[in-house]
Amino acid sequence: MSPWRALALLYRLTPLLVLCHASAAEAHIQRGEGVSFVSGFRHPISGLDHVVAMVAVGLWGAQLGAPAIWVLPVAFPLVMACGGMLGLIGVPLPGTELGIAASAILLGAAVMLRLRPPLAVAAVLVGFFAIFHGYAHGSELPPGENGLLYSLGFVIATGCLHAIGIIIGLLNRGPWGQRVVRAAGAAIAVTGLFFLREAIA
Amino acid sequence: MRWSPACSRRSKLLAGAGGVLLPVTAVAHLPTIGLGPVYDGVFHLLLSPEDLIPVIALALLCGQRGAPYGRRALWLVPLAWFAGGLFGLFVGNNHGAALTWVSFLLLGGLVAANARISLRLLTALAALLGCFHGYLDGAGINRFDDGGYALLGLSLAVFVVVALFASLVVPLRQQWARVAVRVAGSWIAASGLLMLGWALHAAHY
Repeated sequence: MSPWRALALLYRLTPLLVLCHASAAEAHIQRGEGVSFVSGFRHPISGLDHVVAMVAVGLWGAQLGAPAIWVLPVAFPLVMACGGMLGLIGVPLPGTELGIAASAILLGAAVMLRLRPPLAVAAVLVGFFAIFHGYAHGSELPPGENGLLYSLGFVIATGCLHAIGIIIGLLNRGPWGQRVVRAAGAAIAVTGLFFLREAIA
Repeated sequence: MRWSPACSRRSKLLAGAGGVLLPVTAVAHLPTIGLGPVYDGVFHLLLSPEDLIPVIALALLCGQRGAPYGRRALWLVPLAWFAGGLFGLFVGNNHGAALTWVSFLLLGGLVAANARISLRLLTALAALLGCFHGYLDGAGINRFDDGGYALLGLSLAVFVVVALFASLVVPLRQQWARVAVRVAGSWIAASGLLMLGWALHAAHY
């Protein structure tokens, strides 16, 4: 896909993103209910630390090309859900915020430096960080009797962030596009440094 | 501005966007929709993600494996759903509802892995899925009259969903499209894992 077609695709997806931001239809709200799809969808996109790391996963996948471009988005939600489950059942995981900040730094740096490790190494690295992100989401989920819709929203939002990263990463085909992608990686790494400082402070 | 095909497209897009953005009351969880028990059953499936998504996952799995798998599931799942529903209607209770995560995890995982399962295994999975979810539905509607008709509507809706999704996936040849199906499976399995977490969380706290 050429950079121009990637940009055109991003342009066409913009209305969808706007629709995804629509406010919740607040029907049958109950006290303590955690079943809102919209609420789950908003959770991953409400924190910049999660957003930049998820986009970095997509960017790196696009930069690495096949099969990483689809292995990472398929594997990440599953491993993240494992982390979410650990958070839900209260298993302690120290250094969660540090792990999240480190994910942005390392994944952003990998994009910036165009690192090309073996697929297994990339998958393990991304999966390792997915645990921290999932754990943070899982431990912050609101109480509710049925979390299906919340979980679906939460997983789909994460997948959409990967997709945005992949679409931006498709710019990587041209020389100027490669510079844009690497600059995006650098920006993500710098954002990660900011969150690392916040986590340590 | 002169009327042209581009204007027509723009006006259709604007009309569509306006329709989508127009907020209306979400009238969910109605016991009846006023069209009779058969349609109640149809809408129950369409409005119940805990039933609908496993059916979609099974249809995606059949689509990945090819038309013979789709043809097998097309008839088997609705029949098993109806049989399980009849059983649940008369003797069931809702105690198995906490296990719906298994369907999500198992079927979503198989789709994500693009698992090359045999037709025999798919038959067993389809029968189990239909019986289990049909049983839960039957147990849930036994307090209403005409539960059998509602089950009939449910089974018809299952038939349509399996037919639509399996036939959508079977002809896919482009790699990105088949990857998108696997990503959908991954999301379904991940939701199943989170549902397990919710269930454990509810049991402990």
